[in-house]
Amino acid sequence: MRQGRLPFIVGFLAIPVILYAVFVIGPYIQAFQIALTEWNGYKAPEFIGLQNFRDLFEDEAFTSALKHHLWILITLPLATLVIALFFSFLLNVGGGSGKNGTMTGVRFSGFYKVVFFLPQVLAIAILGVLFQSVYRPTESGMINGLLGKVGIAPVQFLNDPKIALWSIIGVVVWQSVGFYVVLFSAGMSSIPKDVFEAAALDGAGRFTLFFRVTLPLLWDTLQVGWIYLGIAAFDMFAIVQVLSVDQGGPDNSTTVVALEIYRQVFRYSELGYASAMGVVLFFMTLTFAALTLRVTRRERIEY
Amino acid sequence: MTEISGLDRRDVLKRIGLVAVAAPGLSVLSACATGGSDDTKGGDVSSSGDAKNPFGVDAAKPLNVVIFKGGLGDDYATQVHEPMYAKAYPGVKIKHEGIVEIGKALQPRFSSGTDIPDVVANAGTDLMDTGALAEAGHLQDLTALWDAPSLDDPAKKIRDAVLAGAPEAGLVAGKPFLMAYVSSTYGLWYDSELFKSKGWTPPKTFDEFKTLAETIKSEGITPFAYAGKNASYYAYWMILISAAKIGGNQVLIDIDNLKDGAWTSPAVEQAAAAWAEINTKYSDKSFEGLIHTEVQTQQNQGKIAFYPSGSWLENEQAASTPKTFKYGLAPTPSVTASDALPYEAIRVAAGEYYFVSAKGQNPSGGLEYFRQMLSKEGAKGFTEKSGSLTIVQGAAEGLTLSPGLSSVFAAQQAAGNNIVTTSLFENWYKELETELRRQTNNLMYGRSDAKKFCAAMQKAADKAKKDAGADLQTRTA
Repeated sequence: MRQGRLPFIVGFLAIPVILYAVFVIGPYIQAFQIALTEWNGYKAPEFIGLQNFRDLFEDEAFTSALKHHLWILITLPLATLVIALFFSFLLNVGGGSGKNGTMTGVRFSGFYKVVFFLPQVLAIAILGVLFQSVYRPTESGMINGLLGKVGIAPVQFLNDPKIALWSIIGVVVWQSVGFYVVLFSAGMSSIPKDVFEAAALDGAGRFTLFFRVTLPLLWDTLQVGWIYLGIAAFDMFAIVQVLSVDQGGPDNSTTVVALEIYRQVFRYSELGYASAMGVVLFFMTLTFAALTLRVTRRERIEY
Repeated sequence: MTEISGLDRRDVLKRIGLVAVAAPGLSVLSACATGGSDDTKGGDVSSSGDAKNPFGVDAAKPLNVVIFKGGLGDDYATQVHEPMYAKAYPGVKIKHEGIVEIGKALQPRFSSGTDIPDVVANAGTDLMDTGALAEAGHLQDLTALWDAPSLDDPAKKIRDAVLAGAPEAGLVAGKPFLMAYVSSTYGLWYDSELFKSKGWTPPKTFDEFKTLAETIKSEGITPFAYAGKNASYYAYWMILISAAKIGGNQVLIDIDNLKDGAWTSPAVEQAAAAWAEINTKYSDKSFEGLIHTEVQTQQNQGKIAFYPSGSWLENEQAASTPKTFKYGLAPTPSVTASDALPYEAIRVAAGEYYFVSAKGQNPSGGLEYFRQMLSKEGAKGFTEKSGSLTIVQGAAEGLTLSPGLSSVFAAQQAAGNNIVTTSLFENWYKELETELRRQTNNLMYGRSDAKKFCAAMQKAADKAKKDAGADLQTRTA
């Protein structure tokens, strides 16, 4: 048996590993190399050392994109996780003790779960079209139509540089919440019911139950959610591309790094410079994930 | 320019993947993605002056034609130009490809040097950067083409059979590498039937514009609008045309040459101020969030009076234009009483670029294909199939023209030699162009003013000049 194992493992892993190396690892490594060159995609690249990276930090569009990521990184996970936690608590535990003393969710929670999850299955392009109508800056827009009925002038959701980014973050929060509701619900159902019952018997209210019992026991799931959303915060490309005015506008107020990479490649033919942006993005994402894992590390609770 | 399309998610992912994954990834397989030779010398093709076959085309050599399959379709190639070429050189094999995403399909072919097409219609949102192609020596110099005898009159050079300035519209790094085939006329578009019924006439000065705009506004119609979301360049065209009318074409030539202080010249500032006033007072800020077709449809519904655009507009809107709506074209109003060009002056520009590959299998065949396109028969067929006029003079004779195209003719007649030149920096310096879109929206929606607009653009132009270094492009006329 023993000697048969190696060929068996190699046989199974060889193809995926090779594919991964060729199509993922290889390009990553080459992106580092291209980042040190000036290359328009047609002519042979010219080595220019770290010049691209020096230029990056004088690039107004790029630095404002970085600033936007910082805001998104703070608000997107926070808003999504808080809302998702709240909903999943209500759906699973919020109903109080049921007939047999077990914890139940609020009424119709099964139906709500489906409703919450629905936005998750929509493609970003559809989301873009949908919110184009929701945010439409005239009275024919969904929100502005309602505001118009109570006499409020149309809000320029995507046209006002002060609120455009927040409007777009709002769409992503709306879309993501459902997934985390399901994720947290799964996490909560894996917490033994007797823990809740014991706490309830000791006189813990819903508030205490949530903060003293649910949250600590859900920590691992929460951490995963935070990292996922953090990485999503470094992307945002598609939604900005379809929804924002003038691609990343108005006045660069919604641009993100991926959009700047896209522009450098497909509008300016600056493949070396774009790769430099990609390298910066790579390190930012990596640093974020490592930091989050380290900062949120806690003793694992065994049931 | 006539084709603005959105991206779906898969597309977006594919494109972004191309940066980090695909482009370099290919190299692991093919050893060198960043390859491509440094040889910048293309094949030399000269014109022998022989009116039948000036470029010495060999009918045994196949011709590979790639046409952008967008707003103009590709019927004009498969049903008009390619049959003409095949008829002139019996037995020739033509390989036709109608492609939507030109860059994605062709960039790898040019980069690797294999399967390079001979004739390319480089257009659409995914067009290739011709500056980069020229640098790598992929573009065939078209001097021989422009000097070759015209198919219609062997005594005439092709250069003299097309609109004045058309060959120059295809200059890249000072060389005629591109053929701009379609002629577009720019100005303010309105519904001539609506204007007739209301007794309105297009304004000749900005003062008249403002007076008329008050009247239009009082009727509940938006006097002027453009789509800020994806077509802010329609607005900057108006600013640039007005700047040229105030200070003469030299203003635009200086801007293209990235001359110091070109953007801060009084003509540009006056033009910017005039248009900013119209848009902030007589439009609505909600238009910044709409795309061009939404605004154009609103005009078709009689909600907008004037819309800035080019002569493809009528064709683009054909499906949503009611029968009672008749497009009319008005020149941009004069800004000052001492404008260098008269009110009638209008921008007629050659656009929609085609090129022949210097490193393809059949550059002389490519040039001959262009010569067929530039005959009256080829141009007339193009107008019939695509609804757009070409740079070929007199080619539309005998065609029944739509209301919009007839008003284009009338406007061109009235303009005579007062033609506002086209701006080449839009294609030469894409980064500068992107900044102009941003600053145009800032100006037109009241976040900035003419002075700040000019200062911001001058800063961007200075940066473009620094970035270009030795690759600075110039034009004299």
